Amino acid sequence: MIGNDAPSRLLRIAAPALIAVLLLAAWQGLVVAYDVPTYIVPSPRVVLQTLIADRALLADALGVTLGIALTALAIATIAGTLVALLFVQSRWIEMSLFPYAVLLQVTPIVAIAPLIIIWVKDTRIALVLCAVVVAIFPIIANTTLGLRSVDHGLLNLFRMCRANRWQVLLRLRIPGALPYFFGGLRIASGLSLIGAVVAEFVAGTGGQGAGLAYQILLAGMQLNIPRLFAALFLIAAAGVALFAATTWLSHAVLARWHESETAAPG
Amino acid sequence: MPLPAEVGVAAPVVAIAGAEKIYANGTRALAPVDLDIRRGEFLTLLGPSGCGKTTLLNLVAGLIAPSGGALRWWGGDFASTGVPGRRLGFVFQAPTLMPWARVEANVRLPLDLAGIERSRATRSAIAALEQVGLADFARHFPRELSGGMQMRVSIARALAVAPDLLLMDEPFGALDEFTRQRLDGELAALWAARELTVVFVTHSIYEAVFLSTRVAVMGPRPGRVIADVVIDEPFPRNDAFRVSTTFARYCQQLSARVAEAGAGTLRDTRS
Repeated sequence: MIGNDAPSRLLRIAAPALIAVLLLAAWQGLVVAYDVPTYIVPSPRVVLQTLIADRALLADALGVTLGIALTALAIATIAGTLVALLFVQSRWIEMSLFPYAVLLQVTPIVAIAPLIIIWVKDTRIALVLCAVVVAIFPIIANTTLGLRSVDHGLLNLFRMCRANRWQVLLRLRIPGALPYFFGGLRIASGLSLIGAVVAEFVAGTGGQGAGLAYQILLAGMQLNIPRLFAALFLIAAAGVALFAATTWLSHAVLARWHESETAAPG
Repeated sequence: MPLPAEVGVAAPVVAIAGAEKIYANGTRALAPVDLDIRRGEFLTLLGPSGCGKTTLLNLVAGLIAPSGGALRWWGGDFASTGVPGRRLGFVFQAPTLMPWARVEANVRLPLDLAGIERSRATRSAIAALEQVGLADFARHFPRELSGGMQMRVSIARALAVAPDLLLMDEPFGALDEFTRQRLDGELAALWAARELTVVFVTHSIYEAVFLSTRVAVMGPRPGRVIADVVIDEPFPRNDAFRVSTTFARYCQQLSARVAEAGAGTLRDTRS
């Protein structure tokens, strides 16, 4: 077990880490060798220095953006699951409403964001709404699919046991939908962050509640490219962290019983 | 509990009177069948694929309604699952277990759905698991068990309700020959010990002869019952029975009946 598994697990961390080191080294080397000015491409060293020097400002901005993304993710998860539960109550409801869920998905958020920002007074709420619009679709689509993809044999068994609708939902449909739901949640976690950043760009809000996107906008205008890179790095890191957190959550819930989370039995 | 007066020792558990099934697309899955399922018997529906075995079993289970004719359960006009105080056990072709629930919770499911108190249901579930030799695996998840063990969990789930009628739809069809023979042996012992009434579907002649007190041979196109053969051989049956001349004679007899039905089809397709 250990002899078989340990190297592959180590490799899974070591291999991408090695690539990162190589890329950073090449980047640093090229910037230094060709004497590229900082306002065009800053070296990784300078970016790191900026991260440390501007840490108070950037941490505030990261907090704002993450707060919006996480709030939106929570709302999208709850609302999306409720919509999915509504959809599986009847084919009619799904047939009537699903096109609008798709419409919400295919309309680019940059196109709707200005409207939402105009309509909603509180900018923070407007930004959360934008991120919800982006993140909710995979939750709805995946959870609906999961609630519908119920094992036919088990459904027959429940029917033979005279189970009522409620028992079928709680004991069969919802547990069966969990793998699909977590698949949707993983996608939604990344989308909520993208939604938050895009909405911030459109809103262009500065001042106290400025997020990372605004810092990027501002840094770009001021040609403070190292800070732009630092903010960019934080957004990417936040996205990876969100993805890792939802992946871990999915593993924690499904590990014992679902194929996607376990190795084949011996 | 008052039961219909006609329910006595002699009354059949299920009386099938001219029941047939024609699906919405016009496919005639089952020609009218007359068959009584008697208390305490092990009745096997034997035949090749597409001869309406599963359709007949689903009719008996009340999962589908007949297009013509009628079925009566325990002398009543109720739907099968609606007879008060009577319980059905069903074992499907696949184990059909909830992958997210431990073995014990899977076996307890029918009792939970019936609203039986938790501790009593757990006791019944553990007792049923002991009967199939899986008491040690109560806390495992289904995917941690082999195919044969999963099937035994499925049987335990059917037994946990103490069924008055146990319906089994090719339960061992997907298992390897060794596992199948072992489970057949266990099932025969269970049947003898629990005085169960079983309707069992299979396309294996050997399995039918080994397990049954009676075999209904079915033929295809349309599905129908073409012979009703009593396997008059005492229980317990063991591996010695499998190699006896009596066993071979029964197999030959059933095989001839199945072949007759098949030959009829061959003529049909040629004309």
